[in-house]
Amino acid sequence: MRMLAELSPYLILVLVGFLPNEIWRMIGLMVARGIDEDSEIIVWVRTVATAILTGLVGKVVVFAPGSLAAVPLWIRLLAAALGMLAFFVFRGSVLAAVATGAIAIAVGVLAGS
Amino acid sequence: MSLRIPRSPRIPSGSPFLGGLVAGASSVFTFVIFGSYLSIGAFAHDLGFSAPWLSFSTVLVWAAPAQVIVIASLAAGATGLEIAVAVTLSAIRLLPMVVSLLPLLKSADTRMRSLILPTHFTAISVWIESLRLSPMLPRPARIPFVNGIGVALMGAALAGGLIGHVLAGVLPALLVSAMLFLTPMSFLSSTVRNARLLSERIAVVVGLVMAPALAWLDIGLDLLWTGLVGGTLAYLVQRFRRRP
Repeated sequence: MRMLAELSPYLILVLVGFLPNEIWRMIGLMVARGIDEDSEIIVWVRTVATAILTGLVGKVVVFAPGSLAAVPLWIRLLAAALGMLAFFVFRGSVLAAVATGAIAIAVGVLAGS
Repeated sequence: MSLRIPRSPRIPSGSPFLGGLVAGASSVFTFVIFGSYLSIGAFAHDLGFSAPWLSFSTVLVWAAPAQVIVIASLAAGATGLEIAVAVTLSAIRLLPMVVSLLPLLKSADTRMRSLILPTHFTAISVWIESLRLSPMLPRPARIPFVNGIGVALMGAALAGGLIGHVLAGVLPALLVSAMLFLTPMSFLSSTVRNARLLSERIAVVVGLVMAPALAWLDIGLDLLWTGLVGGTLAYLVQRFRRRP
């Protein structure tokens, strides 16, 4: 990795982090030019984005990144379920979902250690 | 299921940008983003990346999954091409987000360059809050409003990243694990809150099940297939029910 190491870390960031990420936003900017708010394609695109988003959530919960991987899978699944239960009990409160999920993870880790 | 109807955002002293700043700062995502960047800051510190570099990456990349990929793979000695491919695969989700958000923001006379900033700010959190709040505003106010949300949430990310970088080693592992759970929980619950159409509600469930299943089966591009196949199926169910 001599070539990469010799480049400035900021240049590396632009080449391997910024550009490959930003290109999708810029393609989106081009594609959105011809689309108006009421067009049917927006409904489809939003549905695709929604499936990708919750897909990402499912992957993070099942194949946990970093130190979350040390938490057993069943605790992660239970914490997610309890978080969503709190969301509905508190009539659509995202804060209730987030707090309950995080506390459930913490309690699960403490109980297991 | 009776969920609260969102209140119309307040526009202080007629400035939609300030209104966006306030809406962003008072959003649950400020707390969630601060917490998850606290974890990312500690992670970057442990792998030897400087605080200014991390801040630069937050402003330029503005997508937590891509930033984690860059940090972890540079530290592991991956080649530039490998990292760029992994980042670009993780970033495909940004395309449908930008395409579904911009038509809400632009008018017939909107210049392309005024859409560049909201396009750059588009990330899951900003997308969710902008789709929820901006339709309640008059159209010319929407672009500065979304920019305000973006600045507020990016500010929370920068602050969280810097504090995490400084506190690395002091932060207990328990806290870091709990913080890492904030992001998936906030994305899931706010997507359910925003899902009004039947197609979106089906997509929520299909996505949750399909992506981990495809990843489990070791099928590549799992998120892309989940979006294209699962999302399209969910859309078709809605379409079919509307016109029997």
